[in-house]
Amino acid sequence: MNRPASLLDDALSLDGGESNSRRPQKGLVVLVEDCVETSGSFVLHHLIKRFLSSSDSIVLFVAFAQPFSHYDRILRKMGCNLAAQRENKRLLFFDMLMLECPDDGVEGGLIALYGNIQKAVEANSSNKNITIMIDDISLLEVAAKGSTRDVLNFMHYCHTLTTQFGCTIITVLHEDIYSSGDGFTFPLQMEYLADITIKTEPLITGLAADVHGQLTVLNKGTIDGSKSKIHNFHYKIKENSVYCFYPGSVS
Amino acid sequence: MASSKVRTSSFSRKVPAAPTSSIPGLKYGPNGTIFLSSGIPDLDKILGGGFHLGSLVMIMEDTEAPHHMLLLRTFMSQGLIHNQPVLYASPSKNPRAFLGTLPATLVSKDDKSLKSDAEQKDLRIAWQYKKYLGENKPPIEERDGKVEYCNEFDLRKPIEKHLIAGNRVECVSLLDCSSLAGIRDSCSKFLSQLPRYDGNITSAGRIAIQSFCAPQCEYYDKEWDMLSFIRSIKSMVRSSNAVAFITFPASLVSPSVSKRWQHLADTLLAVKAIPDEDKELATLLTGYQDMLGLLSIHKVARFNTQVPVILDATTYSMKLQKRRSLVLECLNQAPVDGSSGSSYGTSGGCSSSLNTGGLDF
Repeated sequence: MNRPASLLDDALSLDGGESNSRRPQKGLVVLVEDCVETSGSFVLHHLIKRFLSSSDSIVLFVAFAQPFSHYDRILRKMGCNLAAQRENKRLLFFDMLMLECPDDGVEGGLIALYGNIQKAVEANSSNKNITIMIDDISLLEVAAKGSTRDVLNFMHYCHTLTTQFGCTIITVLHEDIYSSGDGFTFPLQMEYLADITIKTEPLITGLAADVHGQLTVLNKGTIDGSKSKIHNFHYKIKENSVYCFYPGSVS
Repeated sequence: MASSKVRTSSFSRKVPAAPTSSIPGLKYGPNGTIFLSSGIPDLDKILGGGFHLGSLVMIMEDTEAPHHMLLLRTFMSQGLIHNQPVLYASPSKNPRAFLGTLPATLVSKDDKSLKSDAEQKDLRIAWQYKKYLGENKPPIEERDGKVEYCNEFDLRKPIEKHLIAGNRVECVSLLDCSSLAGIRDSCSKFLSQLPRYDGNITSAGRIAIQSFCAPQCEYYDKEWDMLSFIRSIKSMVRSSNAVAFITFPASLVSPSVSKRWQHLADTLLAVKAIPDEDKELATLLTGYQDMLGLLSIHKVARFNTQVPVILDATTYSMKLQKRRSLVLECLNQAPVDGSSGSSYGTSGGCSSSLNTGGLDF
């Protein structure tokens, strides 16, 4: 295959079949951490496309951030028709833009959401890879009226699905929210759950037209028992793909 | 950058040119988005056409100076000129009184204002052109021909009374609301009155909320209520054809909440006052005396695309042209004086990066 090896896929060890003849790993938890300057949503778009392109996988997308049309347009430019995939029941889209947990029963709202996810997972669990994507956790927190405990419980419940059904969970967390040092343990908890942490940051020198930021991928290697690896590279987002490269390797 | 822009447009649906002119105050952008003018021609240009319809625009206020009001006023005035319904909420007792302070469109009829300044020559031509346009169109909403997408405003003249009276302007006082549910209801009611998007848009609405988390409001200490209010406004606006414009004093909320708000914003701007006696800055920048303040653009809305908008500069100076109309200019580094001529090479080399980097305070 002459598909250019993407550093990002490489770092996520998602390149599956070709290199070492093993299937994409199951039961991963991937955490994307981003900040105001550099949104990490492009990683999600990239991964949706990756997962939907293999024929036996299903993506559950829980959207708090953007409406379906937004994702649809972006993915269409990347060569993946979300509307068609939704028709084929390969993409299950949960539009949570208007989700409001009632004042008294924050737990109730999240339990209902988890119930829906679990139902969908159970219905599709027969020999299929299921990926759950949540965009994004920070907005889930807002929807839960700041009840971090409930959000964590929710994430732990979702985490049980990884072992039970071999689901992959991919979430976005706005890391800079918690960087003011008020003793937030939430990002730490999320990082603990995650097998792979992808962090997007702007370059120290600021944003540039050629380099949109840098990615740090920490692969704990918990799944295949290998050593943990850190990859660091720059990226440039294009309409139809993400171009990753090592610093200074692009003229 | 330019080449990528061309590419984006080739992907977007081809929109026939006819509807663009038929909708007053709206403009088609790339990726199937529609723009609405901010009321400041320069800002529209910087943002690539204006504010996206359906976006949440947030302005971080400078607590020491009311520069955000300039943006708010032009935003609302532009809406009134285009006959768009406006909802205004502010933490004052009588928000309707604020409408009297909105600026009127700039009609340059005095020839004595012409300057021989070579730099302003082309600007002057543009004004003169506008003057001819203006001669046969004093009441703008009566003309059934071309309505300008973006007007210039004369900040010294109040807007004509009939524009306020004739339009649907709703005013809400944030002080009256003990909880945010009331404001949310009036917002959703306002948005539900707008015609839904059904292929062709006829009109757009504007929601302007001033100093959202001002301490005099009762909900001031309920951070999560405010957050979920903004979130619900965002999702309501997103599904309707309106723009929400919220200014907030970022320094009054805790840093983590402020960051959350910044994440929620589709377009994020910040205004900053310029201290009068900042000698260091005065030597660094040309035209320092004329500057009102600085406008930083932290985030530009990214609808239907994943490619971030990288601007040439993120900080612009706000100036009043002839003490009337608001213009934005790139910061220019003042020339180095002759005594340090030996360092010419180094200062020239970093001048472009200083535009943005040097002023990140």
